[in-house]
Amino acid sequence: MFGMTTTVTKRYKVLVAKLGLDGHDRGAKVVARALKDAGFEVIYTGIRQTPEQVVEAAIQEDVDVIGVSILSGAHMTLMARLMELLKEYGADDIPVFLGGTIPIPDLPKLYEMGIRDIFLPGTSLNTIIEKVFEAAKERRSKSRY
Amino acid sequence: MSDYRDELIKKLDREIRRWERETLPKSLKRFPERMDRFTTLSGIEVKRFYTPLDIKDFNYFERLGLPGEYPFTRGIHSTMYRGRLWTMRMFSGFGTAEDTNRRLKFLVAHGETGLSLAFDYPTLLGIDSDDPLAHGEVGVTGVAVDTLKDMEIIFDGINLGEVTTNMTINPPAPILYSMYLAVAEKQGVPMDRVGGTTQNDPLKEFIAQKSYIFPPEAAVKIAMDLVEYSVKHTPKWNPISISGYHIREAGSTAVQELAFTIADGIAYVRHLIERGLDVDSFAPRLSFFFDAHINFFEEIAKFRAARRMWAKIMKEWFNAKKERSLWMRFHTQTAGVSLTAQQPFNNIVRTAIEALAAVLGGTQSLHTNALDEPFRVPSEFAAKVALRTQQIIAYETGVADVVDPLAGSYYVEWLTDKVEEEAWKYIDRIERMGGMIEAVRKGYPQKELTEASYRYQREVEEGIRKIVGVNIFVEEEDEEIRNVPLLDIDPIETEERQKARLKEIKRSRDNARVESALNNLRSAARRGENIIPYVLEAVKVYATEGEIMNVLKEVYGVWTEPIIY
Repeated sequence: MFGMTTTVTKRYKVLVAKLGLDGHDRGAKVVARALKDAGFEVIYTGIRQTPEQVVEAAIQEDVDVIGVSILSGAHMTLMARLMELLKEYGADDIPVFLGGTIPIPDLPKLYEMGIRDIFLPGTSLNTIIEKVFEAAKERRSKSRY
Repeated sequence: MSDYRDELIKKLDREIRRWERETLPKSLKRFPERMDRFTTLSGIEVKRFYTPLDIKDFNYFERLGLPGEYPFTRGIHSTMYRGRLWTMRMFSGFGTAEDTNRRLKFLVAHGETGLSLAFDYPTLLGIDSDDPLAHGEVGVTGVAVDTLKDMEIIFDGINLGEVTTNMTINPPAPILYSMYLAVAEKQGVPMDRVGGTTQNDPLKEFIAQKSYIFPPEAAVKIAMDLVEYSVKHTPKWNPISISGYHIREAGSTAVQELAFTIADGIAYVRHLIERGLDVDSFAPRLSFFFDAHINFFEEIAKFRAARRMWAKIMKEWFNAKKERSLWMRFHTQTAGVSLTAQQPFNNIVRTAIEALAAVLGGTQSLHTNALDEPFRVPSEFAAKVALRTQQIIAYETGVADVVDPLAGSYYVEWLTDKVEEEAWKYIDRIERMGGMIEAVRKGYPQKELTEASYRYQREVEEGIRKIVGVNIFVEEEDEEIRNVPLLDIDPIETEERQKARLKEIKRSRDNARVESALNNLRSAARRGENIIPYVLEAVKVYATEGEIMNVLKEVYGVWTEPIIY
């Protein structure tokens, strides 16, 4: 199976979300499945989610990480709204990852919004698993104090 | 003759065994093979080489026939590209109607021979640009269309009696089709001269593309309304393009793409026959759409097998009598999913190879992807290079000069048979489930795709599948990825422009007539009538796409997908 040589003993919870109107769910599903196989508890939202719905699900399910997939090109508007809502609800300690067809010139602005990492097409599943694991671990260790 | 063949087979059998003892071990010792197993992208294992032994029961007339004759393996036309080249049809659209009108004219000026419209997500889902759900998506992946006004501008200065236009539109297909007819009417082009295609294939939406709105049965009913209306009133229109493309892009194998597409086609034919239509009245207007992926020979085999299978189904299952009813006419698009963000200029090469496979497979029209599509809709420069790629294949290489030039290759014929054999197994399984509508409701093809795409991704991770720039020949400092010129679009400004136009239309139109047209549509839909005449009436008085879709949602309901991953 993929990647993680260490077993994820704590069942970290990840929300995999398809934000926006596009139906390209192949990547989101492959990532959701890989995270599940690596030991994470995964909640997949299904397609056509609004930022409001994603934030609500993240808070309700008390997830450790949010992974967003967008292939519609609407990432600038939708991610800005998502990050704003997380702050509004005091949930901006949840690390957010973004994957999809993101043009390189957009990256700096997206990082400025507070997105932890952006996975471009071709990113290996192992890399995704490792980075999500690290982010989840970090958040738990911080929230303990 | 058959004595000679038996003799040849016997001799080959002996000779191959000798070769395996004498010649092969020496080679293997010097050059061990690169892999233990060589497989196609779909996982079909391929041997070192192929001989008449691999197709020893091959009956030429049964399997191939002559060009333009049953079972059409060699192509649907007797002279194929010697007579007329495939239509070079570049999928395009972005921003507002004005932006897209300029792009269409640019492509025609550079030798494009057919138009193909890409719509933005709100349009694909029947949502108006001023809906909060549309925010950030207006004009981004295609052109925004809210009312007939947008379509009038898109085709301003383009004679709809002279070009054919594909529209990649599904649940709202009746609306866009009606708008197109309304524009044609304003230009003075009669309905029976209007040519083009509406994708209008609802089943693959549930399987792959996921721009479904209505539940499966209602979705099929609405789509078939369009087919029924179109075959009567717009005889040059292809009211449906039964699509494997999206199934493949969502992660299926070539075999699944072929099988699921044909199974979708079977479901539509059954529905139309149950409506009381004569099979020969609509079958000639059914068209198809496939992916041309990177595994060269497997793709060619898929196209050849597709024609043979469809001809057999129409003839033997549905007793079609007209020759044209047996034709599988298809459009092809190169594989978007095979493009890489890394070292993006390599995408030109991938697209060229895929386009070549489509041409060797006998496609009727072709879209070649642009090198920058891993990032955004193409720039003018990238779209032009993609079009030029087709023109080089057509005019420089000579591959268009001979019909079905790969026929008779032991490998290609073996692989064509193999792909067909595997596809029949899927079709049998779907038939036993009660057909594709039922299979979709059970999530069967969805589950198959999820499995196949996960398997593929694991093979990439393990290095079994190699992708240049991604898992081999990786460049840490990828200059190209930063320097590739991208189309400059400002989604906020586009959205504002589009919303302003929509507001103006809603203010200036005759709102009482809109109201009455929508009411007529609602009652007709409730009575179970064919909805097209009522949609046509509504678009002509500038009802918005969203208003019309809301009426239909009210009557037919909406679909919620079972989550499978």
